[in-house]
Amino acid sequence: MSRLPVRKTYKLFIGGDFPRSESGRTYEAQGQNVARASRKDVRDAVRAARGALPKWRGMTAYNRGQVLYRIAEMMEARSEAFAELSSGRREVETAVDRWVWYAGWADKYAQVLGTSNPVAAPYFNFTIPEPTGVVGVVAPEEPAIDALVARLAPVIVGGNVSVVLASETAPLAAIELAEALATADVPGGVVNILTGYKAELAPWLAGHMDVNAIDVAGADGEIPELERLAAENVKRVVRGKADRQSPYEIAAFLELKTVWHPIGV
Amino acid sequence: MTELERKQDSSPVPAGWDYAPAPESRDIVTLEERYGLYIGGELVEPKSGEYFPTLNPASEDVLAEVAQAGPEDVDLAVQAAREAYENGWSSVSPSERAKYLFRIARILQERSREFAVLESLNGGKPIKESRDVDLPLSAAHFFYYAGWADKLEYAFPNRNPTPIGVAGQIIPWNFPLLMLSWKIAPALAAGNTVVLKPAETTPLTALLFADVLRQAELPPGVVNIVTGDGRAGAELVKHPGTDKIAFTGSTEVGKAIQRELAGSGRRLTLELGGKAANIIFDDAALDQAVEGIINGIYFNQGHVCCAGSRLLVQESIYEPVIQKLKRRLTTLRVGDPLDKNTDVGAINSKQQLEKIQELVKSGEEEGAEVYQPPCRLPEKGYWFVPTVFTNVAQSYRIAQEEIFGPVLSVLTFRTPDEAVEKANNTPYGLSAGVWTEKGSRILSMANRLEAGVVWANTYNRFDPTSPFGGYKESGFGREGGLHGLEPYLDLDESEVRG
Repeated sequence: MSRLPVRKTYKLFIGGDFPRSESGRTYEAQGQNVARASRKDVRDAVRAARGALPKWRGMTAYNRGQVLYRIAEMMEARSEAFAELSSGRREVETAVDRWVWYAGWADKYAQVLGTSNPVAAPYFNFTIPEPTGVVGVVAPEEPAIDALVARLAPVIVGGNVSVVLASETAPLAAIELAEALATADVPGGVVNILTGYKAELAPWLAGHMDVNAIDVAGADGEIPELERLAAENVKRVVRGKADRQSPYEIAAFLELKTVWHPIGV
Repeated sequence: MTELERKQDSSPVPAGWDYAPAPESRDIVTLEERYGLYIGGELVEPKSGEYFPTLNPASEDVLAEVAQAGPEDVDLAVQAAREAYENGWSSVSPSERAKYLFRIARILQERSREFAVLESLNGGKPIKESRDVDLPLSAAHFFYYAGWADKLEYAFPNRNPTPIGVAGQIIPWNFPLLMLSWKIAPALAAGNTVVLKPAETTPLTALLFADVLRQAELPPGVVNIVTGDGRAGAELVKHPGTDKIAFTGSTEVGKAIQRELAGSGRRLTLELGGKAANIIFDDAALDQAVEGIINGIYFNQGHVCCAGSRLLVQESIYEPVIQKLKRRLTTLRVGDPLDKNTDVGAINSKQQLEKIQELVKSGEEEGAEVYQPPCRLPEKGYWFVPTVFTNVAQSYRIAQEEIFGPVLSVLTFRTPDEAVEKANNTPYGLSAGVWTEKGSRILSMANRLEAGVVWANTYNRFDPTSPFGGYKESGFGREGGLHGLEPYLDLDESEVRG
């Protein structure tokens, strides 16, 4: 008699844990029952993200870079599983290489995006980029893993924490990524991943008062409504594209802080 | 405190000194009785047919009548800007564009006294501020951005910077010409054309600026100026012919604009309100800190979005700081904005005065203790005595809401952690001040404060090379510096890979 395989239960990823949706709901996608997150799961994920922010943004840039590199290592190790859940090996390799590319930016973007400002008075004045805070990411529907990585990596390399709404039609790769993140030294809460109906969840994320920015890359037709909701707390709205890779993708989720100090004896 | 400091602090305050009046002459300013809208290089009568009086807030005298732009007028201005963009300005070489901006900077310098007097007449700010701050900074802003016009590819390597098109710009009444300069200089340097809507109460220096453009021979339609109240601003925001809106003003209006533009794909930058904490540690140089507190909240009558309106004093120095602050307050000279000795001028409008009065009343009712120095105010005009509230709880409206007047709320803290928590306990995030002699503490505080600008051992400093703008509900986008160009450029988002 052949052995019956042990199937995986696909759950959410919040605060480093893998809970079911508090609503008890699931939906079927890619032949599996997947957790169907609720408004309260969004709330819990935002809370977990906010709690993780001080530690993540407080880590040295070198350290954050190593954590991102470690994510690449963990993805590479699971590349067969990712290949099955996406368009294939090529997509997975692209995604892994993206993590490596962004890992290298961790201790460099501040040098490219910051300035020293020659003010016309005896003051030392400089401008540095800082994380904007909690970032909502509405992931594109496809490519299942690479688009998610393309939108997530620039967010977290800048010291932000995130709440991701995964691809609705192909959510399994996102949960696979959660499992890689959980073993990649990413502090719990830095990345939170929700599966479910984006049209139901995205408005809660866009209107949440403790979310500082939102990337509507995977939101399609709902964008005007999400942008309206975002205005409630002057959220930064980024219309991300899945195929972009540059330090300016990092810059889109950064604030600029200018500091003045007198020069004297 | 040393014995010497104690003696100084108990010495008679010089409030009783009489100063001879030192009024700046207003003869240098020649006003028309009535101003039209500046569209396509000419002052034209508004299609709306409506005019409204603009006042001197220090006397309530009518200075002139200005046009209220209606929907048709805003449309004509946007059309003029579009035509200028497409049929001329975008083909002017960047180096020539730079030279127009250098010309404007020079003319502003040459006519600075005229502008300073008019700014004080129409806005109520002390002449020493319009003369020494607003005007030099306005000219410097044009000079700075002039130089960028033909160097944009070095500012944004690999991004192929190109202009956006027509920018709609809406500015406030607290620094009328300076805010005009913050908006127009980077927009033109980047190769855009502009429709600017000055604040309802302070249109006159913007209209005089139109004469500077005539002297600079700027092609018609590159800059258009439509005056009026909020209705004109709303028309400009709604107009689909603008590619970008830049707004400086209240958070409430900013949110409404963000909602209005939702889904339009038009670009937006917002510079909104603030409720900045000015944090004084027990090792600070106290006399300098007190000057910084005064400059932080009473500069420009407190009509400053980045004003240090919440004073956070470490408990161990609370008494000497309050004592020195009250003593210093008695020496502030409130009165005629055109008097060269005046420190605090007139409140910009009746409406703003009423808002300040209402919030101050709420502070008293909620239980804060109010201090105002003895002060003789002129009989006519809009005035408010510099005010300090002590015993303020974080929940009080005067600790949460932007008053935009000469009113300081004092809170205390014990540890740096508590100072950070209180400072950040607001939806705003525009600016903050830190006073301490300890360098490592300055850098740690600067790192932890959620604010776009942090002044350490100084306050309310501005410079065209220095980016300015907020975190959180204080808005997004930067004005000033290299970063101030970005809102006016289309940049290749990034390279496509993978």
